[in-house]
Amino acid sequence: MNLALDIFTIVAVTAGAVFFLAGTLGLLRFPDSLTRLHALTKADNLGLGLVILGLLPRIDGVLTGFKLAFVWLLVLLSGAVASQLIARALRNRDRRP
Amino acid sequence: MTAVLDAGLALLLVALAAWATFSRGTFAAVVGFIAYGLLLTLAWVRLQGIDVALTEAAIGGGLTGALLIGAASRLRATEDAARADRPGAFTRSIAAIAAAAVTAALAICVFALPDPAPSLAQEVAANISVTEVGNPITAVLLAFRAMDTLLEAIVLVFALIGVWSLAPDSAWGGRPGPLHRADPDGMLAYIARVLPPIGIVVGLYIFWVGADHPGGKFQGATILAAMWLLVVMAGLADTPPVSRRWLRIALVGGPLAFIAIGLYGAYAAGAFLAYPLGFAKPLIIVIELALMPTLTLILALMLFGAPQREARR
Repeated sequence: MNLALDIFTIVAVTAGAVFFLAGTLGLLRFPDSLTRLHALTKADNLGLGLVILGLLPRIDGVLTGFKLAFVWLLVLLSGAVASQLIARALRNRDRRP
Repeated sequence: MTAVLDAGLALLLVALAAWATFSRGTFAAVVGFIAYGLLLTLAWVRLQGIDVALTEAAIGGGLTGALLIGAASRLRATEDAARADRPGAFTRSIAAIAAAAVTAALAICVFALPDPAPSLAQEVAANISVTEVGNPITAVLLAFRAMDTLLEAIVLVFALIGVWSLAPDSAWGGRPGPLHRADPDGMLAYIARVLPPIGIVVGLYIFWVGADHPGGKFQGATILAAMWLLVVMAGLADTPPVSRRWLRIALVGGPLAFIAIGLYGAYAAGAFLAYPLGFAKPLIIVIELALMPTLTLILALMLFGAPQREARR
């Protein structure tokens, strides 16, 4: 059982790190701001989600688990709002000649 | 493995510090500084200084970052002119020599420290239980070094007076900052409605656990101030005119309560800011409760800036 949980943690956290790496790569390599935003939010949402999912079996206490999940939800919310705001600012700038 | 991570962290910190110092664009330097603050938070976590890490994240990265972004966007119009006005080689070399001399003097001082360094940690650890506060950082800040904390709060009031004093005469007594208008159905207004209830709970929680765990009034007040900023920036509420009496009373209320408790200590325990035995924890809680609203107001008002608009009647 412990071995299975260890493997689960390793797989999930590694997958999360891969998403962060891919997101960073996208941020550096994608051609325009909108696609870069897309890469960034994917990294935050999926990467952090997988890291937290992987850490859940290692914590003691349900409350800490809720806190971790809550942190992820807050990051989802702020990421979504920030990318919307940046995208809107970009669109307004492009509309103006 | 952790040594490699720590070395990477230290190298990144130095690189970002160099970036923030040498970067030609103001905005790029500010972004570098914010990233530097966030990495410094990680460094404090690695050093087990969770309280300092929380403060660094909230004030060093977050609040100072927002302050600097505001300054950079105000300076944007004059940035090219300022850059064209580059000082001559003589001035720059004098500045470089002075900076290098200060760094060298600091390095000599650090290396001249006796080893092991003189420390009061043992005595503090032996006596900390009389404060009945579980978090040693809070106990030290409000019992053994209460004078520092008091002066810190007073310095912030002076800083805010300094910011306000930049107001033009016509706007004196008016509302700080520009009038923010955002789409009432837009994303910013949405987050400014959703986030503050969560932020207020988190801010008060961080304030309250400061007695026994990492946290405290400064970190909590920063989060509350951030919520207020969000509401103002989304155009849902306006800043209060600086001439409002409730505002001024709240701004000096925290430090005054602190001083009053200090004077009570002089009467009841024989020294300014000393606490009578057995009353340390309740008095510390009263001081924290009194300082929290003052700090929240000061931190937010510093970001709102100097009064710019006349108060509408």
